[in-house]
Amino acid sequence: MAMAKQQKKKISKDQWTAIAFLVPSIILILVFVYGFIGWTGWVSLSNYNTIVPDFSFAGLKNYIYLFNDFRFQADLRNTLFFTIFFIGLVIVTGLVLSILIEQKLKGESIFRNIFLFPMALSFVVTGVVWQWLLNPSTGFNKFLSVFGIEPKWYTDTNILAGFQWGSIEFGVPVAIIAVVIAAVWQMTGFSLAMYLAGLRGIPDEMREAARMDGASEFQIYRKIVLPMLMPITMSVVIIMAHISLKIFDLVYAMTGSGANFVTDVPGVYMFETTFKGNYYANGAAIAIIMLLAVAVFIVPYLWSSRKGDA
Amino acid sequence: MTTPTFSIGKAIKYFILIIVAVLFLMPIYVMIVTSLKPLDEVSLATMWSLPSSIDFSSYAEAFGKLKPNLLNSIYLVIPATIISALLGAMNGYVLSKWKFKGADIIFTFILFGMFIPYQSILIPMIQFLRSVDLYNTIPGLILVHVVYGLPITTLMFRNFYANIPDSMIESAKIDGASFLGIFRFIIVPLSITGFVVVAIWQFTNIWNEFLFAVTITTGDKQPVMVALQNLSGSQIVQWNVQMAGALLAALPTLLVYIFLGKYFVRGLLAGSVKG
Repeated sequence: MAMAKQQKKKISKDQWTAIAFLVPSIILILVFVYGFIGWTGWVSLSNYNTIVPDFSFAGLKNYIYLFNDFRFQADLRNTLFFTIFFIGLVIVTGLVLSILIEQKLKGESIFRNIFLFPMALSFVVTGVVWQWLLNPSTGFNKFLSVFGIEPKWYTDTNILAGFQWGSIEFGVPVAIIAVVIAAVWQMTGFSLAMYLAGLRGIPDEMREAARMDGASEFQIYRKIVLPMLMPITMSVVIIMAHISLKIFDLVYAMTGSGANFVTDVPGVYMFETTFKGNYYANGAAIAIIMLLAVAVFIVPYLWSSRKGDA
Repeated sequence: MTTPTFSIGKAIKYFILIIVAVLFLMPIYVMIVTSLKPLDEVSLATMWSLPSSIDFSSYAEAFGKLKPNLLNSIYLVIPATIISALLGAMNGYVLSKWKFKGADIIFTFILFGMFIPYQSILIPMIQFLRSVDLYNTIPGLILVHVVYGLPITTLMFRNFYANIPDSMIESAKIDGASFLGIFRFIIVPLSITGFVVVAIWQFTNIWNEFLFAVTITTGDKQPVMVALQNLSGSQIVQWNVQMAGALLAALPTLLVYIFLGKYFVRGLLAGSVKG
């Protein structure tokens, strides 16, 4: 109580100044983030699928249209498999490389720098380069043809383990794997940096003690190191999931939608339907679905970090 | 202590690291090699081979095509980086050293803005920019990057300032220093590293950004990444010019990474919320 009283007294001129300095940013975020999301939500419920704005209320018409739409169904399938492979590979590659780099080998900083540099590049640059590397008639196929394999990469229209679902064939689109490879090349640096920071936080004595007790290196990693890295793995999964759900530039620069929309994603669909087709309401509905998908991961994450702060 | 003799385990570790490193560098090899070839040597069959002679003409051509866009990117990235870093520093200062009731909730509320898919604000943003005559202008893009840069810069500075002991602020208050005085004479001098990390992060992100750039600007107002994408979308694909263009467009952020990589990685880690 005494504390509270003291604190009350402390809402001094300076405290008010502090709040005043925060106000412009709060207003900007309120308008440009929350207000605009509301506005987009409103557009998504309207008939604005024309060049001339038409804000008459359409109910859930645009959403119903999308969920019955061949292209959007393909996008959902592609996003699902892209997300699974992308996150899985980023985690495994980042973890393995970070453990190898932590072994106190010579030249570890060279390796670290090589694995991290693609993070500094733009998804557009990555797309432009990998489009060529995974071009079926050139690129890696020049090497692979020696072994008699020539994947069609992003031009492959096959759906693995496919079965009819809605109006699409549901299964793993082979073409999306090419995009996953490029995305993993670019983003592995993130998980690597996170895991390296995590590994440094594990005291050597812990591993030393386990070694004394006769644990093998493999057991030490499985029983001690990996569980201690769990919070980092969670963070990486969430950050990568939200990148994957809103991915646009890489796909747009590297492959576009692909034949039969095998490499299409909601980000590309939203861009094309809104800004090339003037289907604003449909575009807004795609955007809102993307936002909700991201929020499923991000809101609990932010909530838990907020509590962690207190 | 392990004896420094040859061991199978070590050899395997090196082997894996080297293989992966080679795979990681391959795209760069192809970019450099292709960009140095004259057009008649750029064929699908000889993609991996070295050029017979080094030819910089593709750089000259790419630079000629991208120069106005490179300038646009520079005009965009410098003010946007400076303004968003300053606002982030101020917000971070308030939210770490002048906490008030509800400050943490407001912080979370700001932070959410960095995770949203920007598609979800794009349609209103463009209508807004049109209505204030900032559509298809560099200042319009600066505004957008400042606003949507606020969450990450606020987060980075807030985490950075959390490491400055509160007792320093308290004693300055007792000495009669004001809110702004403390910021100017205590916080800013202590946050040079913070500014470097945030500036590098914002510079890299804004330079590389594509969605806002492609939807808010057209023609001669477009930043370099859009121009690069257009270069590859053109009818006759001159791969050597395109690779030279990609390298030119990537060069500023690559140089920042090469010379200030340590700070870049700090920014990377700071972006994962839990600072």
